[in-house]
Amino acid sequence: MAISKDEVLHVAALARLDLSEEEADRFTEQLGAILEAVSKVSELDLTGVEPLSHPLDLVNVWGKDEPRPSLPLETALANAPEDEQGHFRVPPTGMTRES
Amino acid sequence: MGQRGLPFAPPKRVGGGLVGAGAAIDTLRLTAEEAAGLLERKEVSPAELRRAYFDAIAERNEELHCYLRVTEDAEGDGVPIALKDVIGTKGVETTAGSKILQGYVPVFDSTVAARCKDAGLSLLGKTNTDEFAMGSSTENSAFGPSHNPWDPERVPGGSGGGSAAAVAGGLAPWALGSDTGGSIKQPASLCGIVGLRPTYGTVSRYGIVAFASSLDQVGPTTKTVRDCALLYRVIAGRDPCDSTTVEVPPVEVPDAEDLNGLRIGVPRELNEAEGIEPGVAEAVRRALDSAEELGATVEECSLPRSVEYGLACYYIIAPAEASSNLARYDGVRYGLREPADGFDAMVERTRDAGFGDEPKRRIMLGAYALSAGYYEAFYGQAQKVRRVIADEHAALFERYDLLLSPTSPTVAFRIGEKAANPLAMYLSDVLTIPANMAGLPGLSIPCGLSEGLPVGLQLVGPQLSENLLFRAGHALERAIGFDFVPERLR
Repeated sequence: MAISKDEVLHVAALARLDLSEEEADRFTEQLGAILEAVSKVSELDLTGVEPLSHPLDLVNVWGKDEPRPSLPLETALANAPEDEQGHFRVPPTGMTRES
Repeated sequence: MGQRGLPFAPPKRVGGGLVGAGAAIDTLRLTAEEAAGLLERKEVSPAELRRAYFDAIAERNEELHCYLRVTEDAEGDGVPIALKDVIGTKGVETTAGSKILQGYVPVFDSTVAARCKDAGLSLLGKTNTDEFAMGSSTENSAFGPSHNPWDPERVPGGSGGGSAAAVAGGLAPWALGSDTGGSIKQPASLCGIVGLRPTYGTVSRYGIVAFASSLDQVGPTTKTVRDCALLYRVIAGRDPCDSTTVEVPPVEVPDAEDLNGLRIGVPRELNEAEGIEPGVAEAVRRALDSAEELGATVEECSLPRSVEYGLACYYIIAPAEASSNLARYDGVRYGLREPADGFDAMVERTRDAGFGDEPKRRIMLGAYALSAGYYEAFYGQAQKVRRVIADEHAALFERYDLLLSPTSPTVAFRIGEKAANPLAMYLSDVLTIPANMAGLPGLSIPCGLSEGLPVGLQLVGPQLSENLLFRAGHALERAIGFDFVPERLR
């Protein structure tokens, strides 16, 4: 297996996914198969090849520094699951995951 | 509608379609260009035209499930249009096929939606997609799969299967999709219509639900190549809101009927790849014969590493970008929130409940490929492979104007056939991915049937060669004479 269940749980924690036991088992198997397939890229010796991060040769696209109208506060908050006094409201931070 | 069924005399042939005398509007056959003609000559009103599509939607959407929602009261007096549900529409729910965005109503229009509005195109509705455009069948939609108008037991392709099925099934004259690994070209192929993945950077991504930002590109799904050019003309061009957009040469609507002087390269690896069905290969071979008869020179060539390593390269880079893009779904500013006592637990529960399996797989795959200790082996190496792919294509374009291959190795497969095996599903895009990695435009046009189902061919050109793709696609389309109305609906 290309990836262990512990590694899957570690990656899930990095990605902020609270996986169930059943999901962790299933994804361990599926991600193992996918990682094995994509590892194919390591067959090639590409020493000295310049990485391509973007298909276009664009550098430093500048915009004019001009003020433009922005969204009114109530519009910006329109889709918020919870808001209060012009802010997004969230549960308390700094609590452990188990809480 | 007092004027319904007004006579269209005499019957008129425009493009490939036919408007019958005295008949109601035949949405299965009517092209967008013909629809524009009817409006311009005032032979139908914008409301009558829209009504014809809503009638078709009422008749067939239950079976095909192309639309996630329809917008009966949208404005615009031009040709109606359907938009894939990754395209943000002000005041109209936009879910990207995901539970995590259910109920999300954008407060601004994406640039492409705004350009459609400015051109008078009225919105019919939002079409189904694999969740976050991740998939090749629409089976990953949180709201259930779409069905292929040629055979409802089969997939329409994906991720833009809703748009493709809507156009092929006469539920929209044309539609927009988005293409990361093949999500416009492959569904067009499986549904027997035309799809363009434009050159990266020619169409704004502003307001599009992001999947993989160095690959995502919006483009048209249409019945004819001329319609495709007309719609591309509406949406293409630089946008100050998307700094990756470029200036686009004026779009020419094609009318050429020959291919004199055109040099077509036929990459061996794309045309003889493992898994290409014999009927698909045969239909593409016949199209190559047509191309030669039209005056093109056809020559075999090679993309030695692009096809062999393209899929692996894509399934590292696209998930890496997705893991970053999908980090924004945290239950704070919009979308789903699963309640919990603490912030961290709220975010984790929201993401676990809101994302389906495919986004979860890709987020984790991406996070893994980007994580310390694996970054160079996976992401760094994949970026180098991407350079190799771009260079191989560039070298071929010194000798050829266009490259030709099947779009998809198979015709439409059965719903459920590949759903349990992510890796088998990924192979659906093996022929579209290489050009996408290089940022190249690709046009899929139907070229025949195999086992009664449409086969698409893919034309790929250098960056910004859309006009050439349209010209060649149009000439081939005319020579092939494919009937885009699904046989069972004729």
